[in-house]
Amino acid sequence: MKVAVPVDDKNLETTVCVSFGRAPFFIIYDTDTKEHIFMDNSAADSPGGAGIKAAQAIVDRQVDALLTPRCGENAAEVIKAAGIKLYKTESQSAMDNINSFVACKLPPLNDIHPGFHNRKGR
Amino acid sequence: MNIAILSGKGGTGKTLLAVNLAVVADHAVYIDCDVEEPNGHLFFKPQDLKTETVTVKIPVVEDDLCTGCRTCVDFCRFNALAYIAERLVVFEQICHSCGGCTIFCPEDALREEERIIGSIEEGYSGTVKVYSGILNTGEASGIPIIKRLLSLSETECPGLCLIDCPPGSACIVMETIRNADYCVLVAEPTIFGVHNLNLVYELVSLFNKPFGVVLNKCLEGEENPAEQFCLEKSINILGRIAFDNELGFINSKALIAARESNRYRAQFSSLLASVLEEAQHETVVNP
Repeated sequence: MKVAVPVDDKNLETTVCVSFGRAPFFIIYDTDTKEHIFMDNSAADSPGGAGIKAAQAIVDRQVDALLTPRCGENAAEVIKAAGIKLYKTESQSAMDNINSFVACKLPPLNDIHPGFHNRKGR
Repeated sequence: MNIAILSGKGGTGKTLLAVNLAVVADHAVYIDCDVEEPNGHLFFKPQDLKTETVTVKIPVVEDDLCTGCRTCVDFCRFNALAYIAERLVVFEQICHSCGGCTIFCPEDALREEERIIGSIEEGYSGTVKVYSGILNTGEASGIPIIKRLLSLSETECPGLCLIDCPPGSACIVMETIRNADYCVLVAEPTIFGVHNLNLVYELVSLFNKPFGVVLNKCLEGEENPAEQFCLEKSINILGRIAFDNELGFINSKALIAARESNRYRAQFSSLLASVLEEAQHETVVNP
């Protein structure tokens, strides 16, 4: 099973990035083969719709689950339409969360936020 | 002459000023561009209302024709399109209606459809022509409504046009002041007020707009940080409105002070005179 996690750095000690759409990288981890790759998130500096673009990239990697601390509604729509399961990370370390996921200990992510696009500059 | 009235935050007195200036001017046009929460109409109660809807174009996909080439997905810099589970998904709220995806689609699988995002009301209150832009709840951007409002005012009203801006200094305000000949910044006499004044001060400076400040809620004998700010930056102070119980009372009843009392009529008339003098001077000196 392939899982994706938004991360801050390109190493296995990395922390989970607080943002999904604007995370600098994603780790794609195969829980069967224990292989992993890091993927640059080309959506990170998008003028808008970063969540959609990042989600598209995750979908194209044909992952089965996304582990993330939060997710906006547009990204969630893309992820869910592709049949990818959403789980909520519970600690800082990316690998700890992947191990929790393997042990079936991560909860599903249900609190989808309405997104940060078009924030009013007041 | 288009005069935009703006401030860095809500509640400083933009509408109070714009409405009263429009009333004391002869046959002015008042345009409420605060499309998320227009309130000028509450004071004017305009008659003979005409309403037009405002639409934007959004792409609609013909699933049978789409081959999944993703030309549109890659083209859209706002990422309003995604190709998921062999189907193109359009995010209407993200779309900026540029139409590029429909042009570039090699299969002609995309066409544009109109989507209603709000409306414009037009009416009269005495001699004042009143326009209000109204953005429907849940819509992401009121900019198309503002563009339409300002194009209406351009074609229909050659006289004095008072533009009541949205609060803040974001894109929507930039669109509103784009064609303004002169900007009036309304400021409150607090440190917070100075912070917000600075936001719009930087905005109008960036846009190279001639501008002046109206100090609102002025307290007799008290320090006014906003006034201090203007003095430091050599900003022209167009006038002062006192922190005045009676004015607040009239305003809270959704009445227009300049229509209710001669004292306020005289006060706003002299304020209008100094705004117009400055605006005309600026447009002659720096056209």
